[in-house]
Amino acid sequence: MHQKVKSGISNSRKNTVERKLVDAKNTFCPGPLMELIGQMKLAAVGDELEILSTDKGSANDIPEWIHKVGHELLDSFEEDGVWHLIVKKAK
Amino acid sequence: MGSEKISVMVTSDKREQLQMAAMVASVGAVSGNDVTVFLSMNSLSFFVKGADKPATAEGPMGTLIEEKNAPDFKELFQQAVEYGDAKIFPCSMAVDILGLGQDDLEEYISEPLGLTSFLSDASEGQVWHF
Repeated sequence: MHQKVKSGISNSRKNTVERKLVDAKNTFCPGPLMELIGQMKLAAVGDELEILSTDKGSANDIPEWIHKVGHELLDSFEEDGVWHLIVKKAK
Repeated sequence: MGSEKISVMVTSDKREQLQMAAMVASVGAVSGNDVTVFLSMNSLSFFVKGADKPATAEGPMGTLIEEKNAPDFKELFQQAVEYGDAKIFPCSMAVDILGLGQDDLEEYISEPLGLTSFLSDASEGQVWHF
């Protein structure tokens, strides 16, 4: 399930880029990573995506993938057992 | 970005083994590595179109994988191909023994590959077996 939400709700960056929400709660590694990649394929360079995961392993692993592949991790935080990772497609 | 050759041989029909193989292949492929998967022995029949026999668990983790909604191993193999350009080859011997044609296997499976070619292809980089 994906929906467009305005950026800036959960971090302090001021911009008007639309952020796509990728809800990957209640699945396990590497499910959230694969869902993110599927959405990244559809996104344009500069787009922001916010992935939600209840899997702590994925919360640790996804930033590793972001760095390896060369995208940008804008923010990450946990709220009520859900990890939020905000990624900018850099290429 | 460091790119490596990763070769994965899969022979098991157990859920844990298939899951781990699919995880290595998919995460390896989407991280920019050149991934080749070779399906042989008891693993191949799961990739016949319409095959719906679930893989049996070899231990408690296999049961939990299914109960807790871990990604399906076949879906992960498909994502390895679609998102990471992995190549998944059926072993030509296993294809012959099962009497399969190319159209009998899932669309994301490449044409059959012989062991000689796989071993040659796998001679550099990491090799994993499940």
